[in-house]
Amino acid sequence: MTETQTQQNVSAEVMVELRNVNKWYGDFHVLKDINLKVYKGERIIICGPSGCGKSTLIRCMNRLEEHQKGDIIVSGITLDDDLKHIDRVRRDIGMVFQQFNLFPHLTVMENCCLAPIWVQKKSRRDAEATAIRLLERVQIADQAKKFPGQLSGGQQQRVAIARSLCMNPSIMLFDEPTSALDPEMIKEVLDVMVDLAHEGMTMLCVTHEMGFAKTVANRVLFMDAGEIIEENEPNEFFDNPQSDRTKLFLSQIL
Amino acid sequence: MAVYITTPSPALPPPSNSVGVLGWMRKNLFSSPANSIFTLIGLYILFRTIPPTIDWALFQADWVGTSRDACSGEGACWVFVTVRFQQFMFGFYPPSEYWRVVVAFSLVGALVAWLLIERTPKKGLVGIFTIFCYPVIAYFLFYGGAFGLPVVETYKWGGLMLTLILATIGMFCALPIGIILALGRRSSMPIAKSLSVVFIEFWRGVPLITVLFMSSVMLPIFMPENLQIDKLLRALIGIIFFQSAYMAEVVRGGLQAIPKGQYEAAEALGLSYWKSMFFIILPQALKLVIPGIVNTFIALFKDTTLVLIIGLFDLLAVVQSAFADAKWIGYSVEGYVFVAAIYWVSCFSMSRYSQYLERKLHTGHA
Ligand SMILES: Nc1ncnc2c1ncn2[C@@H]1O[C@H](COP(=O)(O)OP(=O)(O)OP(=O)(O)O)[C@@H](O)[C@H]1O
Ligand SMILES: [Mg+2]
Repeated sequence: MTETQTQQNVSAEVMVELRNVNKWYGDFHVLKDINLKVYKGERIIICGPSGCGKSTLIRCMNRLEEHQKGDIIVSGITLDDDLKHIDRVRRDIGMVFQQFNLFPHLTVMENCCLAPIWVQKKSRRDAEATAIRLLERVQIADQAKKFPGQLSGGQQQRVAIARSLCMNPSIMLFDEPTSALDPEMIKEVLDVMVDLAHEGMTMLCVTHEMGFAKTVANRVLFMDAGEIIEENEPNEFFDNPQSDRTKLFLSQIL
Repeated sequence: MAVYITTPSPALPPPSNSVGVLGWMRKNLFSSPANSIFTLIGLYILFRTIPPTIDWALFQADWVGTSRDACSGEGACWVFVTVRFQQFMFGFYPPSEYWRVVVAFSLVGALVAWLLIERTPKKGLVGIFTIFCYPVIAYFLFYGGAFGLPVVETYKWGGLMLTLILATIGMFCALPIGIILALGRRSSMPIAKSLSVVFIEFWRGVPLITVLFMSSVMLPIFMPENLQIDKLLRALIGIIFFQSAYMAEVVRGGLQAIPKGQYEAAEALGLSYWKSMFFIILPQALKLVIPGIVNTFIALFKDTTLVLIIGLFDLLAVVQSAFADAKWIGYSVEGYVFVAAIYWVSCFSMSRYSQYLERKLHTGHA
């Protein structure tokens, strides 16, 4: 759709920068010399074969995984062993998981308010007001008093998105947010993400939903064996892939 | 093409041989010849044991009197229990001060009920009071030495009162210590981890009797003369450490059952280690291991009887010492039944409460 419009939303401010990032699991080299700049308002799709390191890459950005070499700079803060830096980065980055990871012993509302109250020190009233607004935005405010176990998968994932948004992050990471969902629920989650993209959120999204990629992405990264093999704007990427590995991958998923 | 028009079929009652008492009996008790035989044997055994027991304990029993002459000998002689009831409850606590014990237990009973019953207001305030203020109040009530209350030395404490003191303090301390140890054992900090492992494995590796002997016999030998700790306190510390090691392993089982995604979601939201433990991980982990926690509580409650070997007079010890009274030779069965009944009622209540708690905390996930 609005290719030009989405392009305009991207500003020159760098939100996330990776410089020669390397990571090993034991002897296994998962990330090899990753270089990446994410600008404010960009929507980046990361795809690639299973086990190529997509999850590891985005999990390094909020320090769920530790990288061993190179620099990761998020909103101007360098991720190192300093807990304060990690803390500040995590406040600025929201993350949505494949398995939702809602807190099952808390209601939807409590899921959304916990971190704003205890991390951002908001008052309960403020936190609840924000939570209701965001739950309305993902169209699930009527379920606020329910427990996650009483919701469908699509509803749970929308709550998970709202929960992240409650922290007012400037960057959102999505790790295969629709892979655990039944086909009829995928759309409701993607719709929420499309909305988010149009509002100018900086997004990094691991997904194989190519329709979604074409609609919202302004860049697609293709990874294989721990490296970024190819990087292009979506139409070019799908219609005119450059490397053989990309061609092979696209022929398998399309 | 044929068109089928169906009207909804009415709901029919189930066939009569599957409902009611007869249906239930046919299905559960007499479904096969072998089953019928076992049912009959079972009924026969119940018939030969239950009525005589009830007869002995209730109908033929003697309840009132002041000496063994009041007992006919055909049934239980509960006079033995009623005459010595105060001693069984309070040990050698001076009778003029009994009210202090009653007040202390009534107060904690009321506080705990307040916390356990649903829909009571100001639970947080009452909880803080129970944890921080009540122990001080209870100390002065039991021991005295302030506010004009005369001191009652701990060697005079005994009976059910001592059992309850040991059990409640043991439970209140063993759970938090156990949680800290469990977190320590799973921690990535080497020092916290090894300290927890050593503590847990040490206390789990020795029998409680040994612990109690050590605390009462060995410790005083090694301790300097001027630093003598009360015997009851030493026994109590032994029990707490011993049970917290078990509690730690129970809690660790729960922590391990929590999916990694819960930790990650908490981290990704920026919650610190302690906040994510307190709000996210522990509530779920403790809920999972309620049966194990209550199991440990019940074991602790019954293990307190072991203090009798170091000369503390808990309920069992007081009752046993009463058997030695020449006036009451031959009534030990009544004494043991009485003790067993108290223990059973207490443990069964804990078990029922834990089942209620599990149902209440169920929020529709596995
Ligand atoms: N904790 C770990 N220890 C050792 N190896 C790991 C660990 N986590 C992941 N790996 C390995 O690292 C590689 C990259 O994993 P990652 O989860 O990033 O892949 P992915 O691209 O997200 O794959 P998928 O599409 O299946 O989610 C895989 O080969 C995996 O086996
Ligand atoms: Mg992955």
